[in-house]
Amino acid sequence: MHHHGCPPTFVLVAGLSLSLSPFAAGGVHAEEPTTPVKIGFVTFLTGPAAAPFGIPDHNAAELLVDNLNAGKVPAPYNQIGLGGAKIDAKFVDEAGSAADVVTQFRNLVERDHVDVVVGYVSSGSCLAVTPVAEELKQLTLLDICGTTRIFEEKPRHYVFRVNPHATMDNVAAAKYVLDRIKDISVYSGINQNYAWGQDSWRDFRLAMKGLDPKATVDKELFPKFFAGEYGAEISTLLTSSAQFIHSSFYDGDLEAFIYQAGARGLPQRIPLVLTTGESSLWRLGSKLPDGAIIGARGPHTFFAHDGELNTWFHKAYVDRFNEQPIYPAYDLAQSLLGLKTAWEKAQAKKGGRPATEDVIAAFEGISFKTPSTTVQMALGNGHQGISDTAVGTYKFNRAENKPEIVDIVRYPAQCVNPPADVDSVPWLEGGMKGAKCD
Amino acid sequence: MARRPIVFGLLAFVIVAAAAPVLPTWLVSLATVAFANALVVLGLIILWRAGLVPFGQALFYAIGAYAVALITRYTGMRDALVLIAAGAVLSCLAAILAGFLLARYREIFFSMLSLAMSMILYGVLVKTETLGSTDGFGVEPPTYFGYAPQGHMRLFVLFWLALTFCAVSALLISLYFRSVAGSLAVPIRDNEIRLEFLGVSVDRLIHLNLVISGTLAGVGGALAALSIEHVDPNMSYWTTSGGFVFVTILSGAGSVAAAFVSSFAFEFLKSIAYDILPGTWQIFLGTVLLITILFLPEGIGSLYGRLRRRKPQSMGTA
Amino acid sequence: MLTAFAILTDGLVYAAYLFLVAVGLTLIFGVMRILNVAHGSFYAFGAYGAAIAVGMYFDRGLPVAGGFLLMVIVAMAIGLVLGLVLERGLLRLVYGKDEIVVVLVTYAAFLILEDVIRLIWGPSSYALYQPLGAAGTVDVGALVLSGYDIGLVVLAAVLAIGASFALKHTRWGRLLTVVIFDRELAAAFGINVTLVYTITFVIGAMLGALGGAVMAPKIAVTLGIGVEVIVLAFAVVAIGGMGSVGGAFIGALLVGESRAAAVHLVPQVELFVIYAVMALVLVFRPQGLFTRAQPRKI
Repeated sequence: MHHHGCPPTFVLVAGLSLSLSPFAAGGVHAEEPTTPVKIGFVTFLTGPAAAPFGIPDHNAAELLVDNLNAGKVPAPYNQIGLGGAKIDAKFVDEAGSAADVVTQFRNLVERDHVDVVVGYVSSGSCLAVTPVAEELKQLTLLDICGTTRIFEEKPRHYVFRVNPHATMDNVAAAKYVLDRIKDISVYSGINQNYAWGQDSWRDFRLAMKGLDPKATVDKELFPKFFAGEYGAEISTLLTSSAQFIHSSFYDGDLEAFIYQAGARGLPQRIPLVLTTGESSLWRLGSKLPDGAIIGARGPHTFFAHDGELNTWFHKAYVDRFNEQPIYPAYDLAQSLLGLKTAWEKAQAKKGGRPATEDVIAAFEGISFKTPSTTVQMALGNGHQGISDTAVGTYKFNRAENKPEIVDIVRYPAQCVNPPADVDSVPWLEGGMKGAKCD
Repeated sequence: MARRPIVFGLLAFVIVAAAAPVLPTWLVSLATVAFANALVVLGLIILWRAGLVPFGQALFYAIGAYAVALITRYTGMRDALVLIAAGAVLSCLAAILAGFLLARYREIFFSMLSLAMSMILYGVLVKTETLGSTDGFGVEPPTYFGYAPQGHMRLFVLFWLALTFCAVSALLISLYFRSVAGSLAVPIRDNEIRLEFLGVSVDRLIHLNLVISGTLAGVGGALAALSIEHVDPNMSYWTTSGGFVFVTILSGAGSVAAAFVSSFAFEFLKSIAYDILPGTWQIFLGTVLLITILFLPEGIGSLYGRLRRRKPQSMGTA
Repeated sequence: MLTAFAILTDGLVYAAYLFLVAVGLTLIFGVMRILNVAHGSFYAFGAYGAAIAVGMYFDRGLPVAGGFLLMVIVAMAIGLVLGLVLERGLLRLVYGKDEIVVVLVTYAAFLILEDVIRLIWGPSSYALYQPLGAAGTVDVGALVLSGYDIGLVVLAAVLAIGASFALKHTRWGRLLTVVIFDRELAAAFGINVTLVYTITFVIGAMLGALGGAVMAPKIAVTLGIGVEVIVLAFAVVAIGGMGSVGGAFIGALLVGESRAAAVHLVPQVELFVIYAVMALVLVFRPQGLFTRAQPRKI
């Protein structure tokens, strides 16, 4: 009666899947204010992006969720969980193809019925997930990905991003290096040959053109992402005439490049400008020569403004995980605290547990304090955050055997981020009109 | 007797289609992707029967997907059937062209040359910044003869469309396997030279099989693009091809239906792995694969044969 | 002029990297006709093992030469254990099955081993930077060459010559060569093919682990390093011809020099180079550069 095992298998699978559908009550609307809030955290738990992004992100999430649920986070975040409701966290691996990422997102929303999704490191994942989030009307906070396209391609309603996008990093880096090295006429770049590297280089080049039109590019190198072996690129840079080298390399690629370049004297001869360098400083230690210009994708860790929140966060992280937090951890903290601010504001206004729409309305355009700085949701119709940033110079403290950043220069948010109604690339091409730098 | 499997197969498709509104929506979207991939696997089965396993089938999958994406992006065309037809036509053309070179190779060299081609497309896509490089870009939801479904209907209609393509392909390929051209695939694998002596041009046969499987892969890619609503160069990367080969071996070369069952089982298993073993899902998948290979070396498709206590069908008709 | 010299040296260094990674794979494929996807795991395990063990060694301030020796020893040990476990434990169960099924078994093993790495060593990255510094540099005008890179080239050359010699002039080498040419005939002559298989696989595993161990000082040893080298190794093996050590060497040189030239002169095509070379070679010599076209059996 049965053909090729298909119906029996199908019935088995259908039964299995029905039994897997959780019995959770419906969405955000129907619950008591103190019913736990389900948050799905998506980040890289496996693969090469785990060490530099996924794990710090995951650690920060665990740390904050536990401390928020216990009410131990300093004011103004000392209320338990989100508005008194504890957070129930579920962690999902971001690894896999776009199809896998989208499938897992749908699972979180339609199978696990989460209230909020927080995460995504890869810009590709962010871009794939955003339309689905809008379609499923799921409140989603994009966390680390830096692409400007999310809110510039079309307006979003359910998707937010607290952390500023990558344009800021490169504009600040350009300003800093021009201040620091006089009479720049030639520079080179080495960036990974994929969207992040290409976009970073584009933003940096455009910013340089706007700030110093006479500077020219000597070599622009794009080794394959995760190439591992940079001998030819290092030789090319050694024999080029650049006065500095820009790179948006991070983690494994950055470390491999520094080890190999350092062994051949490149960073000692030509200063490096590393826009995301902060994430590797603790691992590189003395292997990174002094004088490299370092960015942290925001005023994080070494650049953080002093304050009770920062002191608490830093200490709690080190105590619990026995390692220093790096910027992805701060990014997650910003996202979660922004959510908490919006949630509690919505709850106060409504007088009861907020629905998704209430949270969205409260979130748009708000300003809130984070361990590093203050974030304003100023772009993308109030859905995209901006903050100030900072760039500094690397110095390894041999006496105490730890990395340090000196000569820190801060750049106000409106100086290095495009204004609300202008897209990043046109803004850069137009010479960054409207930037307020005092 | 040959009629019965076809009738039952179609019955199965109808049952699955009818079940869609009752099943959880996350399962429906997962199944859509699985069935889109199953078409690629079906194409791989065709080639495997002839003894060839390309490591770069993702080339045609990506062409189908990008065709849909590019047309949606640069023209106003949103009709699903037109888009999928475009994907099929373009991947068919690509397969015809690639086949002129590929059809002359066998064994591992066929596999590697196919891999090289798919990686060259990958490189081109990564370098194309206007298409978003590795980030790719989005695909608008399609319309169906003017009808633009909303909410959950969007999922179901696409699912039914994918199912229809699967059913039609399954039928056509079953018939193909019974045709002269189709059944000649097995002798190619066993002993090509004798086939040549019979007057059959083996290269031409392989070229034909390549075109059929390439077109199927293109349709699969087109459906996948519509389901995920996003395309990126990773769709042409060797790990994507590897995933298809993985499922093909799981299903075995004997049965058309096995392609769909295995593809769904694989996606489902992957989903479970992500859910309950977020940091170690690779161990889970690897172990499942190993167990399947060791205990079901002829693939899932041989389960039926075994259940019926027939000889395991490794090269039989569908 | 300096650029030409740089291209030459860079090509050699990259070729050395490719050869070290691919030589184990080509042996395994030549003898056993298995495209061992788990080769990436041998590489990764070798790298992790070296990073941890040799890192500890250097931290104690012991003599440098010993550190290099330890790298090789650790790699060999890891390759031995892993190779034996995989071959005796897993591959033995699927000999005789369809070639593609065997590839899939190695792929399954690779998936499992990737997570085993994560379970043993966690997701963080490890660095083994001491050997790189210890090897010093050589200046050629503006160009600075790393002593370690030069060492890698020498190692690759020594390995290539040694392997070719061993295959042609030692008893074991000749046995391996016979099995590469015609396994059935070899068995008919009373050669213990099963033993040859095991030994070949273990040697291949050791070479793979060695590749990882010697590359460890240059890279960040982290999850996923095995994945990238698999495709590179496959490509080099396809170009050079399966089972040919000389072929792997020439293939590695070809790809290495092409890539170096691309990076210096036409950086845009760097991404394609290895695949373009592979496609070109396959078009003109489908069996790879150095394998004889197998006579077709009727």
